[in-house]
Amino acid sequence: MKKVFSRPRSLKSTPFHYCAGCGHSIIHRVICEVIDELGIRGNTIGVPPAGCAVVAYNYFDVDMLEAPHGRGCAVATGIKRTLPDRVVFSYQGDGDLAAIGTAETFHAANRGENITVLFINNAVYGMTGGQMAPTTLLGQTSTTSPPGRNAILDGHPIRMSEILANLEGTAYIERVAVNSAQNILRAKKAVKKAFQYQIDGAGFNMIEVLSQCPTNWKMNTVDACRWVDEVMSKTFPIGVIKDTGKGRKDAD
Amino acid sequence: MSDKILIAGNWAIGEAAIRAGCRFYAGYPITPQNELTEYMAENMRRAEGGTFIQAESEIAAVNMVLGASAAGARAMTSSSSPGISLKQEGISALAADELPAVIVNMMRGGPGLGNILPSQGDYFQATRGGGHGDYRTIVLAPASVQELADLTMDAFDLADKYRNPVMILGDGMTGQMMEPVVFGKPRPRRYNEKYVLKGAGEGKSKFIRALILDALRMEEHNWKLVRKYRVVEQNEVRFETYKTGNARLIIIAYGIAARIAKGAINRLRDSGMKVGLIRPITLWPFPAQIIRDTAERIDRFLVFEMSTGQMIDDVKLALEGKGHVSFYGRPGGVVPTPAELAKAIVQEYRR
Ligand SMILES: Cc1ncc(C[n+]2csc(CCOP(=O)(O)OP(=O)(O)O)c2C)c(N)n1
Ligand code: SF4
Repeated sequence: MKKVFSRPRSLKSTPFHYCAGCGHSIIHRVICEVIDELGIRGNTIGVPPAGCAVVAYNYFDVDMLEAPHGRGCAVATGIKRTLPDRVVFSYQGDGDLAAIGTAETFHAANRGENITVLFINNAVYGMTGGQMAPTTLLGQTSTTSPPGRNAILDGHPIRMSEILANLEGTAYIERVAVNSAQNILRAKKAVKKAFQYQIDGAGFNMIEVLSQCPTNWKMNTVDACRWVDEVMSKTFPIGVIKDTGKGRKDAD
Repeated sequence: MSDKILIAGNWAIGEAAIRAGCRFYAGYPITPQNELTEYMAENMRRAEGGTFIQAESEIAAVNMVLGASAAGARAMTSSSSPGISLKQEGISALAADELPAVIVNMMRGGPGLGNILPSQGDYFQATRGGGHGDYRTIVLAPASVQELADLTMDAFDLADKYRNPVMILGDGMTGQMMEPVVFGKPRPRRYNEKYVLKGAGEGKSKFIRALILDALRMEEHNWKLVRKYRVVEQNEVRFETYKTGNARLIIIAYGIAARIAKGAINRLRDSGMKVGLIRPITLWPFPAQIIRDTAERIDRFLVFEMSTGQMIDDVKLALEGKGHVSFYGRPGGVVPTPAELAKAIVQEYRR
C-alpha cells in the first residue's frame, strides 16, 4: 500500500497544544514539510517567539533558540551572521513582530539579513488572552478594544508586509492564508520559495500568514476560516507583495 | 622591541576582545564608550569570521549577541548606563539560557539621561543581576587601561567557564584615558561544543529556552543556577590590597575611585598617617572574606564611591556589624582629586 500522508520527519510526534482550529498547527506542519522537501532539517535553526508558539521547539525537530518577546529578527541576525551557511528562520506573532519587535524587524529587513521570517497574523494577542494587536481590524472587538478598534483612539491596523516591501533589503514578501486546502497549498509554495531564496542568498524574506484564532475571535472553526476570506483579507489582501526575483527562478 | 603600546581604555577593550577570539560585536552609539564601538567597526571585520553590526538599539544589540553566542561565537556588546538599562532584558535571557557573553558598561552620571561624565552609579544594577529574575552576572571592575585589557580577556574565559554573562564595569574615565599596555597571551578557548546550536545534522535536535512553565521545574532551574553561582563565589573572588599591613583605617573603593584613593593614601602616608586600601576587582562575587578578615585587626573603614553609596551595603554585609564604616561619595559625574579625598580621610582618621 502506498503511504500518501504521514508526519513530516521535521515534526516531532508531540501532540499540539494549540486550540482546535488554530492556524499555528497548520503552519508548523507546512514549514516542516518544506524543511523535509528541501532536505535542510540538519542545517536549520529556528527562533520561536513569546506568544502562543512559544514552545514551538516541542514540535519542530530542528535546533531552536527562544527569543525574548519581539526580538526574533535580532536573535536570528546573530545566529545567521555567525553561521552564514545555515538556514535560519524566525517565527513571530503580530504582537511580537509588529508591536514590541517593530524596530528589530524593520532594521533586520533594512539590512537585508538573509533570514526567513514567518509572520503569523491572527489580528490579536493570542497568548495573553485576546488583547488588541497592531493588526486588529477597525471595528474588531478585543479585550482591550471592547467597543471595537477605533481609528482615532487606537490607530489603524498595520500592514507590515507592505511597509517592509518598501525597504531595499527585502527580497521576497508574500501574504498567504491557511483557511482552506487551496490556500494551504499556496502557503506551502510560498514558504518553500522563501527558504529557497534564503539558500540562494537573496536577502530578507518574509511570509505573512493570516492565521485563524477561533478562541479569541470567539468563533467556531468554520466561521473563523470564513472570516479570513470575507473580512480579514479585505484589510490584508493575500498575494505576492514583493518579489525581486533574486532567488532561483524555479523557486516557485 | 617591547610590546608595550600607548592606547585608550575603550580601544584596549576592543583589541583585547579581538585577540581573545571575540568574533561578534553589536553595539549602539553612546558616550562615553563610542571609541569601543568604532574600534570594533574598524577592526572586527578584518578578523577572520568577524562580525560587526551597528544595531538599531541596545535591545537589538544584546539580542544579536544572544543569537551569536548560542551559535558558538565569542560575543560582546558594550554601552553606557542608559543603554545598559535597555540591555537588561537580554542579560536576563543570557543568564537564564546559560549562554556566555561579555557586556561592557562604561558608566556615566545618572539617573535618567544624566550626563556623560565618569560615575559609579550602576553598582546595584550590575551586582544584583540588573534585569528581572533570580540571577547573577560576574562583574569585573578594572582600574587601569592595562587591567581593562587583562580583564577583557579573562571575561571571555569566565563567561565560557560558567556559561554566564560577564560584565566589565568601567567608567567614562577608564575608557578614555590613555596608558601603556602590554597585551597578554590569550588562552585557547575551552567551551563544550554540545552547548552550541549549529543545526541538528543527522542527530537529535536541541533547543535553548528560558520559558519553564512548570513551577517545580522552574524552581529547580533557579537552584541549579544558584549552585553554579556558589562555585563562582568560591573560585573567582579577586581583590587588591594596598598598604593595609599596619593601617589603622582602610579605604574600600573600586575602579577609578580606587586610583584616586591610592593617590590620597600616598599623600597621607607621607605625613605619617596609616591608611590602606582594599580594592574589589570582582564586584560580584564580592570580596567579603578579606574585608571580614581585615576587621579582625582594623576596625575603621571608609567606603569611597563616585555615587551616593551603593557598594557600602556589601561592605556592611561583609562586616556583619563589626567595625565602624563611614562613607565619602561624589555622584553625578564629579571626579574628586586625591587631595580632596585625603581631606575627607583625615577627618575620619582623626575622629
Ligand atoms: C517583554 C514582554 N512583554 C510582554 C510579554 C507578554 N506576552 C507574551 S506573548 C505576547 C503577545 C502574543 O501575541 P502575538 O505576538 O500576536 O502572538 P500569538 O500569541 O497571537 O500567536 C505578550 C504581550 C512578554 N512575554 N514579554
Ligand atoms: S489562542 Fe488563538 S493563536 Fe493561541 S492557540 Fe488558541 S487559537 Fe491558536
